[in-house]
Amino acid sequence: MTVLGLTALLFSGATAAGLVGALTGLGGGVVLVPLLTLGLGVDIKYAIGTALVAVIATSSGAAAAYVREGFSNVRIGLFFEIATTLGALLGAFLASRTPTSAIAVIFGVVLLTSVAFSWKEHRGATESRSPDPLATRLGLNGSYPSLAGEQAYFPRRVPLAWLLMVVAGAASGLLGIGSGALKVLSMDNVLGLPYKVSTTTSNFMIGVTAAASAGVYLTRGYIDPGLAAPVVLGVLAGSALGARILTRTHSNVLRLVFTAVVLVMAVQMIVHGLRGAA
Amino acid sequence: MRAKRTVRRLGREVGAILRLGVLVSSAVIVLGLVPYLVRDGARHADYHLFRGEPAVFRTVPELIAYAAAAHPRGIMQLGVLLLIATPVARVALCLVEFGRERDRLYIGVTLVVLLALSWGLFGPG
Repeated sequence: MTVLGLTALLFSGATAAGLVGALTGLGGGVVLVPLLTLGLGVDIKYAIGTALVAVIATSSGAAAAYVREGFSNVRIGLFFEIATTLGALLGAFLASRTPTSAIAVIFGVVLLTSVAFSWKEHRGATESRSPDPLATRLGLNGSYPSLAGEQAYFPRRVPLAWLLMVVAGAASGLLGIGSGALKVLSMDNVLGLPYKVSTTTSNFMIGVTAAASAGVYLTRGYIDPGLAAPVVLGVLAGSALGARILTRTHSNVLRLVFTAVVLVMAVQMIVHGLRGAA
Repeated sequence: MRAKRTVRRLGREVGAILRLGVLVSSAVIVLGLVPYLVRDGARHADYHLFRGEPAVFRTVPELIAYAAAAHPRGIMQLGVLLLIATPVARVALCLVEFGRERDRLYIGVTLVVLLALSWGLFGPG
């Protein structure tokens, strides 16, 4: 393939990935790594480096739109970014010591679990709770604009969520994904945040987590400008589009379609990894 | 209520930083991508085997020097680096904001995050 042809393919694939990332909260990396390795035959190390940069682009592009609308909580984001960035550095450290076939298999398994979690029932913010003392001391309580006016929410079980965030960060550094599903899981199901707050805060944190590991990947030479440049531009176009759709519609049908696509990719990554090991 | 107002204002500024970072980095990427495609567009692309990038793409000072010498791929990589720096700038902005408010707890929180981020980019890897 010529450089021009590859660039065009990367751009269009990344546009689709950015759209998926913004709509499902799964992050662009989840689709990009299989797309690059299985679809275009790119070495998985280059693919992970490229995906990390794409994850930052998706996150920053979409977060710029969300933050403006007052959904995400900056304090919650920062507090849990301690956990995710430390986890990310750990994951990036482990990545150079893990065989690529094992990375492919782990990737597939994490992808499958992410999909399963992304279909868990999302509880609304309607249940009224009294503030948790630890969360209050950490200044994590907040409110967000809803159709019924300003809705207050009170996070709980902070330590458990923190531990899950370390795991999310490690997965991000090892696999080049945003770990959006794990982040949403720990905010949605553990902290008990409203769905829109957890997805947007997650999107907002993903970029910081990925920046920690992207630094390590860049200095190790896993990020190639020829791959990263068209992917960044495509992912930005896709996530801008996705953010626009998300604030307007309930995206259940879209999620169903995308989940099916991600599922197929997950299985293929596992098969790919097992074949590589054999 | 003061805390809530701060969160909102912080939200707006953070949004502005992210938009600016994304705009500048994608502009720099386009600036490098166009001459790269004109020059190398018809060449064969090979990414099947991992060889690792040359040093000019791996360390910040060397990359800046390479991009300043108008090498298209160097300019593209500089755009990528600016994109990586965008979330870092965003965290740094939060530090300023919490400092203005004398929120000791979150000044500390933000410093730890910044430390982890610089370790990634400038640490031993």
